[in-house]
Amino acid sequence: MASFASNPLYARRRRSDVVSKVLAYSATAFGLGWLVLILGVLLYNGLGGLTLDVFTHDTPPPGSDGGLLNAIVGSLIMTILAVIIGTPVGVLAGTYMAEYGRHDKLSSVVRFINDILLSAPSIVVGLFVYQIVVAPMGHFSGYAGAVSLAVLVIPVVVRTTEDMLMLVPDTMREAAASIGLPRAHMIVRIAYRAARAGIVTGILLAIARVSGETAPLLFTALNNQFFSVNMNAPMPSLPVVIFQFALSPYEEWQRLAWTGALLITVTVLALSILARSLTAARK
Amino acid sequence: MDMAAATAPGSSLVMHAAVGTEGLPAKISIRNLEFFYGESRALKGLNLSLYANKTTAFIGPSGCGKSTLLRVLNRMYDLYPGQRATGEVLFDGENLLAPGQDINLLRARIGMVFQKPTPFPMTIYENIAFGIRLYEKISRADLDARVESSLRRAALWEEVKDKLNASGLSLSGGQQQRLCIARTVAVKPEVILFDEPCSALDPISTAKIEELIDEMKKDYTIVIVTHNMQQAARVSDFTAFMYLGDLIEFDATATLFTTPKDKRTQAYITGRFG
Repeated sequence: MASFASNPLYARRRRSDVVSKVLAYSATAFGLGWLVLILGVLLYNGLGGLTLDVFTHDTPPPGSDGGLLNAIVGSLIMTILAVIIGTPVGVLAGTYMAEYGRHDKLSSVVRFINDILLSAPSIVVGLFVYQIVVAPMGHFSGYAGAVSLAVLVIPVVVRTTEDMLMLVPDTMREAAASIGLPRAHMIVRIAYRAARAGIVTGILLAIARVSGETAPLLFTALNNQFFSVNMNAPMPSLPVVIFQFALSPYEEWQRLAWTGALLITVTVLALSILARSLTAARK
Repeated sequence: MDMAAATAPGSSLVMHAAVGTEGLPAKISIRNLEFFYGESRALKGLNLSLYANKTTAFIGPSGCGKSTLLRVLNRMYDLYPGQRATGEVLFDGENLLAPGQDINLLRARIGMVFQKPTPFPMTIYENIAFGIRLYEKISRADLDARVESSLRRAALWEEVKDKLNASGLSLSGGQQQRLCIARTVAVKPEVILFDEPCSALDPISTAKIEELIDEMKKDYTIVIVTHNMQQAARVSDFTAFMYLGDLIEFDATATLFTTPKDKRTQAYITGRFG
């Protein structure tokens, strides 16, 4: 044993093992450090302003106290509508690629375009929706905001739906076919059921993705300092309010911006954890 | 009598049993069957009869086309583009390969059990009831009875009767395979295709499935693909030995395993290749 440990080749491997371990741990610590720092600063600055008023009062004029109620409600409405628009489109497109068009050229083209859309800068999406919705309507609106968020929801849902359906083994499809189940029934009653947790996870991740988006909303829903559920009018949202308040010179506004940022972060974090636990439960 | 050779001059390789097939009604008659994966020819003009209420085993080394042949019988290959079959497969005299066949209806009449157990992601009860409801409007009480009789048929009832609402995936591998058999018989097929049904199972589960197969041939025409020659010898009445896409020999199982006529059959069953 002793002779083995003193073998120079073995000693060298041990040294390189220690070096790579140290490098790997430092890189992890570096990456996680920023996350901890961000969360820490958010908690430090945001937690103090987190009172019931935040959820019961609208955004205030400069120099007075208020909350974020109108922004929270606006964000919720636009996100929900975006999911209602984006989920069916995304799930159906993903279904086409995984079930019907698996060997078609169109499928690879759609997949390629979808991947581009997935990483498209959201400000481009905002400008696009400005062109096709805001400009013809002549004014900013909650509808336009929801459409721009839906454009961001679709590629995420398409991707996860396709991936999750691809994980359903072909033997399951064959088994369904072997008792005479037509393909459409097989997809809805067998494949969707087998892939359900994964598809829901994709939708949750899409919600997490859009709930922090600011750029597309700036060009579409704009903002509204009053409480409004009229989707045909400009609509407030948390990210845009944070953007506006954080850059303002007023201390109350800055404090609300911190609190809003904390709210969004916690929401995204909760959605991600929920999505994770759903996929974990599946295994 | 050499029915197949009489209808297909090109298949002189096929040697039919001299005894045992006379007077037996053929449930499925395969005529000049060729099968293609894209450009490659996997079955090279097969002629073969599968007799009603008998068990026929397909044996042969990997890649000989035995699973391909099985998947032609319920047109499972239709799920995949680029795969096609030519020739005739007569099921009660009707050509399965003819265009315009209602494939889903066909598959309800020709059931299949797969190599790996494939329970659906639902309860044990639903796994069985699902297929029944597809083609029949049936009262809850009748459905319960059908589920029970199907599970009894697959010798699984006693093990699951108290947990019908548990997930099918919670069962052991051998139980899952019997669940799949129950699911298959629930839709009242006439033919059941087994594609290496025991290759993922332990010896005790294997013995149970083999017993079942033996019992089931009273009511069904059974075809089984197996890598296990002892299994073929145990469960089948007839055996077809295939090699490189050709049917080399078809005979009563007892005859084929004791006095094979072709050198290749003999070499395979004595374990010299495969």
